[in-house]
Amino acid sequence: MTEIGLSHYLTLAAIIFSIGIIGIFLNRKNVIIILMSIELILLAVNINLVSFSIYLQNLVGQIFTIFILTVAAAEAAVGLAIIVIYYKNKGSINVDQISSLKG
Amino acid sequence: MLAHSLFFYFFSTITVFSATMVIFSRNTVHAVFFLILVFVTVSMLFIMIGAEFLGMIMLIVYVGAVSVLFLFVVMMLNISEQKMKRPTRKGLINNISVGSFVGLVIFLEMLIIIGGWKYKSDFYLFSDKNLNESISNTHALGSVLYTDYIHLFQISGMILLISMIGAITLTFKKRENIKRQNYFDQIQRDKTSAVSLVEVESGKGVKLDD
Repeated sequence: MTEIGLSHYLTLAAIIFSIGIIGIFLNRKNVIIILMSIELILLAVNINLVSFSIYLQNLVGQIFTIFILTVAAAEAAVGLAIIVIYYKNKGSINVDQISSLKG
Repeated sequence: MLAHSLFFYFFSTITVFSATMVIFSRNTVHAVFFLILVFVTVSMLFIMIGAEFLGMIMLIVYVGAVSVLFLFVVMMLNISEQKMKRPTRKGLINNISVGSFVGLVIFLEMLIIIGGWKYKSDFYLFSDKNLNESISNTHALGSVLYTDYIHLFQISGMILLISMIGAITLTFKKRENIKRQNYFDQIQRDKTSAVSLVEVESGKGVKLDD
């Protein structure tokens, strides 16, 4: 219990990942919470990569964490831009009402 | 070792609590603040296990840029009126049941993987990018990132550029009735099209067509 190993970090990442998944399913209020859940999921992946990298004494995991960080930032920027333009057009970002694609 | 485990449990408890609050809090601004708390504690965990550079980058990129972007958007959109409308009870129950079922299944699957995971004991010896204790984490990362992974590094820069262009073109709005510069037309002007000689009769003046 006092010895913190790889599995502790992996379990923490698994918990955060599951919370992100639940957040995507659960939230029907606005899209921003869903974007935040996606950020949580990416964060869990980052924790996984870093802990493996430290545990295996291998740097490649940390390199790829940097790339994931980059992609997460880009994704957040584009997603938020889409939300802003959607709000301008429709006046609401309620998830239940976003059903234009259903026709 | 005891301090390490104490700090781990401290930070991970805060992380799990605030991640839960991110998805459950009614106020979106509070959710963004809890997201910031998640990022800060996770970067503390990164620093604790020896990935200092990534911990600091997490602080800068996530807390400094991404969360501020979220906060800007949340405050720019008028979400307070949506907070009033509570979701219908039936839809909420349905979502909670499906969401927690899927989340629990994924969590249990990952626990099974983590619990029963074994790897070859000399696995890491096959790699040539091992951590070196004599140089700092930042130094080691830089020496790998700018040599072996330079192409991926450049491509990630291109991704950032493209996302910047995309975000700008998405939110850019062309407004009517304002005078803009048209560089091409301005440079194309020469004296035959711009200047005209007018013979003015005395006492009559000149009528300019605008």
